[in-house]
Amino acid sequence: MSEPAVLGLEDGTIFHGRSIGAAGETTGEVVFNTAMSGYQEILTDPSYARQIVTLTYPHIGNVGANPEDMESDRVHAAGLIIRDLPAVASSWRATEPLPEFLRRQGVVAISDLDTRRLTRIIREKGAQGGCIIAGSASGENAVEKARQFPGLKGMDLARVVTTESAYDWEGGAWRHPQAARMENPTLAFRVVAYDFGVKRNILRLLTDAGCRVTVVPATTPAEQVLAMEPDGVFLSNGPGDPEPCDYAIEATRAFMDMKVPVFGICLGHQILGQAFGGQTYRLKFGHHGGNQPVKHLPTGRVEISAHNHNFAVDPSTLPAEVEITHLNLNDGCCEGMRHTSLNALSIQYHPEAAPGPHDPDPLFAEFIGMMLDASGRQAGS
Amino acid sequence: MPKRTDLETILVIGAGPIVIGQAAEFDYSGTQAIKALKAEGYRVVLVNSNPATIMTDPEIADATYVEPITVDILEAIIAQERPDALLPTVGGQTGLNSAVALAECGVLDRYGVQLIGAGVETMKLAEDRLLFKEAVEAAGLACPSSGLARSVDDGLAIAEQIGGYPLLIRPSFTLGGTGGGVAYNRDELIEKVKAGLQASPARSVLVEESVLGWKEFELEVMRDRADNFVVVCSIENVDPMGVHTGDSITVAPAMTLTDREYQRLRDQARIVMQVVGVETGGSNVQFAVNPEDGRVLVIEMNPRVSRSSALASKATGFPIAKLAALLAVGYTLDEIPNDITRTTLAAFEPSIDYVVTKIPRWAFEKFPGSDDTLGPQMKSVGEVMAIGRTFKESLLKGLQSLELSRSPFPTAGYAAWDGNLGSLARPHADRLWAAWEALRAGRTPEAVADAADYDYWFVMQLAGVVDLERALAAYDSLDAVPAELIRDAKRAGFGDPHIAYLLNLDDFPPQADPDERVTALDVRRSRLEAGIRPTYHVVDTCAAEFEAYTPYLYSAYETESEAPPTDRRKVVILGSGPNRIGQGIEFDYCCVHAAFALRDTHFEAIMVNCNPETVSTDYDTADRLYFEPLTLEHVLNIVEREEPEGVIVQFGGQTPLNLTKGLQAAGVPILGTSPDAIDIAEDRARFSALANQYEIPCPAHGSAISLAEALQIAHQVEYPVIVRPSYVLGGRAMAIVYDEVQLAEYVERAMEVTPGQAILVDHFLEDAFEVDVDAIADGEQVVIGAIMQHIEEAGVHSGDSACVIPPYKVSQYHLSHIREYTIQLGKALDVCGLMNIQYAVKDDVVYVLEVNPRASRTVPYVSKATGVPLARLATQVLIGSTLADLGLTREPTVDGFFVKEAVLPFKKLLSRDALLGPEMRSTGEVLGHATQFGHAFAKSQIAAGGDIPLEGTVFISVNDYDKSAGLKLARDLSRMGFRIVATPGTAEFIRRSSIPVATINKVDQGSPHIVEMIREDKIDMIINTPLGPSAQADVTTLSAAQAAVNGIRALRSGALTVSSLQDLHRDER
Ligand SMILES: Nc1ncnc2c1ncn2[C@@H]1O[C@H](COP(=O)(O)OP(=O)(O)O)[C@@H](O)[C@H]1O
Ligand SMILES: Nc1ncnc2c1ncn2[C@@H]1O[C@H](COP(=O)(O)OP(=O)(O)O)[C@@H](O)[C@H]1O
Ligand SMILES: [Mg+2]
Ligand SMILES: [Mg+2]
Repeated sequence: MSEPAVLGLEDGTIFHGRSIGAAGETTGEVVFNTAMSGYQEILTDPSYARQIVTLTYPHIGNVGANPEDMESDRVHAAGLIIRDLPAVASSWRATEPLPEFLRRQGVVAISDLDTRRLTRIIREKGAQGGCIIAGSASGENAVEKARQFPGLKGMDLARVVTTESAYDWEGGAWRHPQAARMENPTLAFRVVAYDFGVKRNILRLLTDAGCRVTVVPATTPAEQVLAMEPDGVFLSNGPGDPEPCDYAIEATRAFMDMKVPVFGICLGHQILGQAFGGQTYRLKFGHHGGNQPVKHLPTGRVEISAHNHNFAVDPSTLPAEVEITHLNLNDGCCEGMRHTSLNALSIQYHPEAAPGPHDPDPLFAEFIGMMLDASGRQAGS
Repeated sequence: MPKRTDLETILVIGAGPIVIGQAAEFDYSGTQAIKALKAEGYRVVLVNSNPATIMTDPEIADATYVEPITVDILEAIIAQERPDALLPTVGGQTGLNSAVALAECGVLDRYGVQLIGAGVETMKLAEDRLLFKEAVEAAGLACPSSGLARSVDDGLAIAEQIGGYPLLIRPSFTLGGTGGGVAYNRDELIEKVKAGLQASPARSVLVEESVLGWKEFELEVMRDRADNFVVVCSIENVDPMGVHTGDSITVAPAMTLTDREYQRLRDQARIVMQVVGVETGGSNVQFAVNPEDGRVLVIEMNPRVSRSSALASKATGFPIAKLAALLAVGYTLDEIPNDITRTTLAAFEPSIDYVVTKIPRWAFEKFPGSDDTLGPQMKSVGEVMAIGRTFKESLLKGLQSLELSRSPFPTAGYAAWDGNLGSLARPHADRLWAAWEALRAGRTPEAVADAADYDYWFVMQLAGVVDLERALAAYDSLDAVPAELIRDAKRAGFGDPHIAYLLNLDDFPPQADPDERVTALDVRRSRLEAGIRPTYHVVDTCAAEFEAYTPYLYSAYETESEAPPTDRRKVVILGSGPNRIGQGIEFDYCCVHAAFALRDTHFEAIMVNCNPETVSTDYDTADRLYFEPLTLEHVLNIVEREEPEGVIVQFGGQTPLNLTKGLQAAGVPILGTSPDAIDIAEDRARFSALANQYEIPCPAHGSAISLAEALQIAHQVEYPVIVRPSYVLGGRAMAIVYDEVQLAEYVERAMEVTPGQAILVDHFLEDAFEVDVDAIADGEQVVIGAIMQHIEEAGVHSGDSACVIPPYKVSQYHLSHIREYTIQLGKALDVCGLMNIQYAVKDDVVYVLEVNPRASRTVPYVSKATGVPLARLATQVLIGSTLADLGLTREPTVDGFFVKEAVLPFKKLLSRDALLGPEMRSTGEVLGHATQFGHAFAKSQIAAGGDIPLEGTVFISVNDYDKSAGLKLARDLSRMGFRIVATPGTAEFIRRSSIPVATINKVDQGSPHIVEMIREDKIDMIINTPLGPSAQADVTTLSAAQAAVNGIRALRSGALTVSSLQDLHRDER
């Protein structure tokens, strides 16, 4: 029943394991994520495009897969690497076991290898190219293919994963039926969300916060968006390097010129940083997990938060009007900023969680507050 | 926010004696908290009546009061020490409840003591089940429906409202489920509400709708005063709701939650922390989750460190108690570094890339007639934790850690399962083994999961183990098994003995020539040849995201090891494994001292243990910690990796001693007393030959393998005799037998249980008094640490008897014999390190009962009484110092009296027979000290939770043999104003001496009789020396009654005074 599989890394390391997903092979950048729950959300997060995810938690597949925990319409991760696939899934919400889900989604995946050693390699050497081949292929073959992976630097993946056409989003965040019914929020704010690879939970939380959200393709020109008379513009998360996203950077500048409130998450944050005139740089192995401590500088509050980013904004390159609002307590990297005179605010990590803790939830309210202020001012002028 | 500078002295209240539900974990957490506070420059005052703890060592706190934890005594200490603040959250339920009591009676206000960590309102809100439920529900969370009962009638009314059984009874302000229960009908409800009200200090219980069978989860959380919040660990109970978490097999992290559901619990835990108002510190929040639809109910929260938080700390490397202390003095999480990674901060949530399993250990076999059904009231006495890369691996390692003969594979003559799936529905101590047997017998995992209410996920894991077992069992010789299969089995956590067992299965029960059977060592040899050896990994709090600097290690079968051994000189200390009756915290205490002593030398201290409750498994106790089962296989693996200069086996109780032979055979150097000398001491025949040689008297004895032989020996050595199977420890299955009929009964039963076992028959020294000696030797000199006189007579196990240092009623003549014999035996056995000898003194003869060439249970007690750190000195001897070097050449003198009293679990483990006997059954101990014996004894009784009545009615019923002693007691008590009642014979005897006495019927003489009087609470003290079983736990033997009379006299003559150990031993140091 168990087909072999092999993983080759750019640095020549070879791991043998068992194939637990689709047949075939896959290449991508190998990263690790230390979150102990939420593998389905991770796999379907478009930010993982072209990345092969190693999950450090050993049992993956415990709770199967279900339609509610999709963060987009499909799996975006290029592959999955785990230590152990349990024989069964146990969850009242599961509709299929993980291997079936992987096969249906065409994801090549490997289990039964020493993921701790792999993680340590990535920690030491940084993220690197890798290739999983399902079936009895040679390790050398996989290494060869891993070396051919061009890397993510300079890759404009937002263009690849974005929606083809604009659409209106509907639906709020998942709530257990036991929880008190949420009042249907009055959708008082019109928000246009740029889809660079947006996670659904962001759209759900925007909706819960009272936004009527229209999602538009990554390359939508600013004029087209302004014509929709948005109360605010949202710049989504997404995969790859922010640098080549000049179209988005330009559009963002246009919104700021018009004093339209802008809220960015993850890639959106990096794009905003570039729009401010700052620079981004690549982290050694990125932040990928659900337990990163971030300090909200204005209040001193520490948020335990979900992260998934390989690039970061270099605060020293930002203009003086940009205030750093969030700092990562582990490595001091910039995790959030706000422009003191323009209505722009952004966050490097994932306040929408899914997976991850809900500590940074209040950010959505901050965006709403910003839109309120802006509309108030407009009304007054 | 930096630490508070307005505080100088902080009072910490410890958890008192080890009892079921409140065990060594509070020594671990308290020690950690005190060390952290001291490092911050605070002066720490500690109160804890338990002398067997590390926290009560004089080096840990600045002023250490080993005194009873009562409001009066605490007030006296507060008056003396004038602390600025009280930290109530690291001393278990005892610490918490004492703090509430001190606040309520105004002591804290009177002396201006602030509560830090948790205020009174918070503690009440969390511990008063109704207030808690109201607060939680007001915050929008759900609890099971329930009502608070202050009487049985209330209980019945609530039952009516809820409208159906079963119902849960949950007392307020208790832990370990004390007084809790499930009622399946009205009668049970009445009975259990009564019991619950009794157990609850607040005299209130929650009567609650049952959610038996739902999944049970715990979140270990921390909060600081800036409202930062982290979840340290999530824990899933394999046994569903209805079995106390302390009695459940539990797994960390939670296995069967999606992220959404997990985050929901996290959000709710945060809300609970906020509404209960835990300002700073660690708490434990428990949830029930319906497996069918994910409905969540909040069950309880404990606003303090707990057994689960100790487990969570060990499971993740996150030191909850230390942080709780630092947060209480004002730090916030982001100001405290993570000790393990050094570069990151404590403000984070640990991520783990392994699985942790905790398995409880019970002691039902010691309590005949006790019910091993598990429920809301905790019954286990200890636990093991195991770390593996997968659930299977951690489960199987955990089972090996338990040190049960049946674990993890079945033993002959032991049936875990009766073949009936229905029996899996009853939660009991062996249920996991039963489920396993059912799978082996071919029952489907679905059927087993259904029957046992285990989650299918866990049962499928077990089924995976059974598949591997079958694959291995298909082979009957080692050479035939493919290396890949062995590797798979090792990766799944199979021990070598388990694999050997499976290969021998076709020869079961064993017929073949033993030489042809596969042994565990054969498996070891062959797998090493195939290159299958363990790898070692660090517990790093972060799933390898950052580098770890603390070598806290576990084994797995992966592809590379971390934390390579250093090139320092090393010593391995073998710990004592799970706590059990007879082998508890005292041995961990010694191991910790060994580590501390080694750290002061050029040796690296390497600790091996698997008990998450202990100080020894704190990551900064030794230089290196291997969290591993204490089996020959795992210890050999570590020794091969580390290549230490020696292994210390004499501190961890019987566990390491049992490994000695195997280690020696493998060429591992054992430090201290030679394995051969250990064998002489343990082998009856060899030992009596030695004693004979030195003309040291032993009770007459022999060993028998048949009834005829036993009868003959008994006749020779003379009745009464004390009998026991030869293989037992801790006085297991020991009995005192007065005649042939009893002997025959005993032998028959013993032969049934373990056929072919020899039975040891000793003459029983009736009415002898017992003396314990702890000594230390270096090969040249033997120095006595202390001589302890037991208060109960010989025949009550030394671990259960109260005892006193110095001996208060032993003649110089006897003492000189005791000293002489001790030195002779120490020299004859060439003891190097610690040794303990038990003597019985009868008439003019001092008999030696047994010699234990290892640290004994009394080492911490002796160290506290004398101020001499015996275990530390012994460690130095083991690595080459002489006693002369260390300045210990004379038996220390002791100022005043130090009385140790045992604490028994009869209330939790209702047993047919609650009398003391040669089988040890106490779980913990307390110490009372004072300049006079009477005061010291009184304190020990108060500390043990017993009351010493100052007035009232005494019931006396003694056998003819004891009548004159009974008479003397009656006279003394009567003069002190007590009313005496006695059974007719005794009353008659007392009356003859013109002492006023009332006569009361024995039970069989009809109503009104004595048991009714006791039930009606009309008796304040019982002096009874019947023969045979009785149902009373608070019976006092004659000698203990004499001590009690001393205590009563002392208490009446003046109030108790308190003094710290540091003050007591000031001169000596
Ligand atoms: N409503 C209930 N239905 C079923 N089991 C329950 C219920 N409430 C509590 N329990 C069980 O009883 C155990 C002990 O209750 P708990 O309130 O945690 O007591 P303690 O404070 O002594 O730990 C729990 O661990 C749980 O298994
Ligand atoms: N010959 C004897 N006469 C009287 N009491 C005895 C005798 N042998 C043992 N005992 C009692 O039984 C208890 C347990 O016996 P011991 O040999 O110490 O067992 P263990 O090794 O389990 O501690 C002793 O503490 C003592 O009170
Ligand atoms: Mg509790
Ligand atoms: Mg509990």
